[in-house]
Amino acid sequence: MTPFHTRQCLTWLMMLVVAGILFYADRQLPRMGDPRSPASTHVSPYYIEHSHHETGAPNFVTAVLADYRGYDTLGETTVIFTAGLACLLILGVELGRVSQGEE
Amino acid sequence: MRTPFGSSILDAACRLPVPFIILFAVYVVIHGHHSPGGGFQGGAILAATLILIRMVRGEDDPWGLDRTRAAILASCGVGLYAGIGLLTLVFGGNYLDYSVLPLPLVPEKVRFMGTLGIEIGVALGVTGVLVLIFDALTAGETQESDDGK
Repeated sequence: MTPFHTRQCLTWLMMLVVAGILFYADRQLPRMGDPRSPASTHVSPYYIEHSHHETGAPNFVTAVLADYRGYDTLGETTVIFTAGLACLLILGVELGRVSQGEE
Repeated sequence: MRTPFGSSILDAACRLPVPFIILFAVYVVIHGHHSPGGGFQGGAILAATLILIRMVRGEDDPWGLDRTRAAILASCGVGLYAGIGLLTLVFGGNYLDYSVLPLPLVPEKVRFMGTLGIEIGVALGVTGVLVLIFDALTAGETQESDDGK
């Protein structure tokens, strides 16, 4: 009983220390939507000013998602595709047998 | 899910909304440049339609994708995306730099079309994968009902 208790105490101590570090670091991050944060002073104005005439897309989100960050979206699509294949593998479903209604 | 879920009432009720849902899915994909939407969302709506058809009419319906065709569709979607990237490499640009594609349009419209192409690829991939996951999850149920007979 005692070793379990010690381990539990250690776990809690560890979690509290990590949470304290994270909360301390959180105070130094820029606030959400701060106009003077680095993201708002470098990247966002560029997209707002140039995305329409550079990409022809009237929507910033589309321009960033599919054009400026197209490589990232390719990775996301591949992740979804891999997830589908992993479902097949884990559930043990065979491919290649087109069902014709044998019975 | 070989055994159909539906009765004639469900069948009639699913015939009515399915064309409109497919039309809305296409709209969400094509109009994703102008409004919220795009490949992921449109693909999910299209997959919802196909899963609805599968649930009501069973696996052998010609409108339902079986899992092999769904896997082929998902591969085609990802392949279309990666293929457009390779095409831009062939025409001398960077990977996924759509402005080098040889289309008879002004440069930003060429990028617009490249974006549309990859959105369609994403939509096909998401549709295929969602139908595939639905199929994989319901495949065991088919086995049991066949054994029960």
